[in-house]
Amino acid sequence: MQTPTSLYLDYAATTPLLDEAREAMMPWLAGGFANASGLYAGAREARKAVDEARETLAAAVGARPEEVVFTSGGTEADNLAVKGAAWHGRDQGRDGIVISSFEHHAVLDPADWLTRFGFRVTRVPVSGDGVVDLDALRAAVDDKTAIVSVMWANNEAGTIQPVAEAAAIAHERGAVFHSDAVQALPWIPVGIADADMISLAAHKCHGPKGVGALVLRRGTRLQPLLHGGGQERGLRSSTYNTPGIAGFAAGVAAAMRDRDEAAVRVAALRDRLQDALTGRIPGAHVNAAGAPRLPNHLSVSFERIESETLLLLLDASGVAASAGSACQSGASEPSYVLRAMGVPDALASGVLRLTLGRPTTQDEVDRAADAIVAAVERLRA
Amino acid sequence: MSKVLVAMSGGVDSSVAAALLVEQGHEVTGVHLKLSDYAAPQQEGRVHGCCSVEAADDARRVAQVLDMPFYVWNLVEPFRAAVVDDFVGEYAAGRTPNPCVRCNERVKFGAVLERGLALGFDYVATGHYAVARRDGGRARLYRSADAAKDQSYVLSSIGRDALERSLFPVGPMTKDRTREIARDLSLRTADKPESFDICFVPGGDAGAFVDAAIGTRPGPIVTGDGAVVGEHGGTHRFTVGQRRGLGLATHERQFVVDIDAASNTIVVGSGELLSRRTIEAERIRWFDAPPASGAAVAVQIRAHGRVIPATLAAAGDEAAEVRLDELERGVAAGQTIAFYDGDEVLGGGIISSAR
Repeated sequence: MQTPTSLYLDYAATTPLLDEAREAMMPWLAGGFANASGLYAGAREARKAVDEARETLAAAVGARPEEVVFTSGGTEADNLAVKGAAWHGRDQGRDGIVISSFEHHAVLDPADWLTRFGFRVTRVPVSGDGVVDLDALRAAVDDKTAIVSVMWANNEAGTIQPVAEAAAIAHERGAVFHSDAVQALPWIPVGIADADMISLAAHKCHGPKGVGALVLRRGTRLQPLLHGGGQERGLRSSTYNTPGIAGFAAGVAAAMRDRDEAAVRVAALRDRLQDALTGRIPGAHVNAAGAPRLPNHLSVSFERIESETLLLLLDASGVAASAGSACQSGASEPSYVLRAMGVPDALASGVLRLTLGRPTTQDEVDRAADAIVAAVERLRA
Repeated sequence: MSKVLVAMSGGVDSSVAAALLVEQGHEVTGVHLKLSDYAAPQQEGRVHGCCSVEAADDARRVAQVLDMPFYVWNLVEPFRAAVVDDFVGEYAAGRTPNPCVRCNERVKFGAVLERGLALGFDYVATGHYAVARRDGGRARLYRSADAAKDQSYVLSSIGRDALERSLFPVGPMTKDRTREIARDLSLRTADKPESFDICFVPGGDAGAFVDAAIGTRPGPIVTGDGAVVGEHGGTHRFTVGQRRGLGLATHERQFVVDIDAASNTIVVGSGELLSRRTIEAERIRWFDAPPASGAAVAVQIRAHGRVIPATLAAAGDEAAEVRLDELERGVAAGQTIAFYDGDEVLGGGIISSAR
């Protein structure tokens, strides 16, 4: 017997599928099954849905439709960007990869893997408030750098990065600039004007899981990861995931419609939750409090608390939240993000990441605060 | 109905333990303990031991079938500090540690129990083969009904407070019965093979593991009269009573009769030199008041060793001197000594010396 989740505060992990998105998917799950690459009527219908979705996605980030490459999600988009640009860079005599030290693993691990093949990887430090150090970035990029990758907003701390400045530094040395905007897209303006490549994921925007995109500015050259049927101008072979792509576009379209209004409303709820926790719990420290953050993110560390036990108690009371990253087995790992920010281990091990969403209400926030206060008090007793 | 936290290794015993607790109507939560770091994802090849991702997946799947909450706890640091470092340190000091005993004492019925109690659980359960039963107003520990599987030895030193909070649901059954129940419930762990290795020593080569931690330390192998008869790669590679792996070209059979870590010397001799009558034990935890001096007990000094009748020459809260009724060969310092009265476990400690 288990307590069902009644209070969901893990929207950075994933979001529920929007009705609009489900409706957009349904024709392609029931009946409309044709391969979007075919030449007959049913295929043309599917292709139309894919191309309309492409236009919607492109518009959301100020790109042209042909600049959108659909993928299986944010992770594939990041892999395609990092590996694709690195291999292409090698052909141009460039072997350097420069990334921030608190990138998502979908960027960190491909970069590490590429060192096996002789690529040089430099991890640029971030400040205590969770913002990449631009001076260090400038020092790290050289004429042999193939790609620079700095995320649009960090998935644990929620901090928004100086993407335009970082892109300018990359461009001064002729390197390609990539940004993982998976977390940022639902909440703040994200545009291809500021980056050569942007990674997006549908399920962070109330779309389905298993679909994403790499938007790459025209002229940006990559080696593909998947070779085959030549879809997506040869950059990403694979039969089109028509329902996923249609749902992706519907989710993003809805997010774009209410983005600025939702950001203001959710930020107020986030602040209310933050004030309640810091006001009621002694030894509560907000991480990255001094930096611009996504409006829905709250990373807070409690002294004398272990995240693992706190999350268990919250789960038992129906509250869904998270800590740092989880390893393959599901065990919590010490947060490398907080470590990169110089957060002491004692506080990093007591971190709680609460991420709000558009459906979050004031009542939910107040109940969450009560549950967290009660759990922390119990564990400290 | 109690709130029970069951430690699920991903093996058949703890899977069935969880199932039985659910069937008994308890409110059961499963936890898999991550005790060591996995190989990095880029490293190909199988990951061994109780801490693999596959083991966590097996435990999770069983918890899903039983519809109970399931978590994986990261206990890498407590395990390293309490078990792995102790293992290396004991071997380096010329002793023969028992890491499973240490893990039960300090991790499963230490850190995990402590966490469980803080979270409001009444009991911690495991898949050990031993019987915990309340008798005479307190919890008592007995050998398992399955003599071949009995694990009371490795639980002998968990202490009385932990025992009061422990459940061993499969202890009263045979292993065959456990597998039968697992098959009846279609648990995917039903036919998993037994694990024998030390979970953090892949391949079971403890010597190589300690080598990797402290390096090889070559030294002499001598006989009782001091004659050097060979060389060894480190005293940690030997256990008192050991015969194999000495690499000596002698005609008579030679055994390790003493390990002197301070002078990095292995002393060898004939089998008779291994015979011991008296054992000194330390760091004992009794489940009740220490038995009176002169009490007749039975002791076990190896995980699957025989039962040796003995007399307690002296017994204190934490130390004891034991006179064996018959001579015993190969008594290694550092090994756990468990004290029994019939099938009941009185307590356990560590052998400090024998003569």
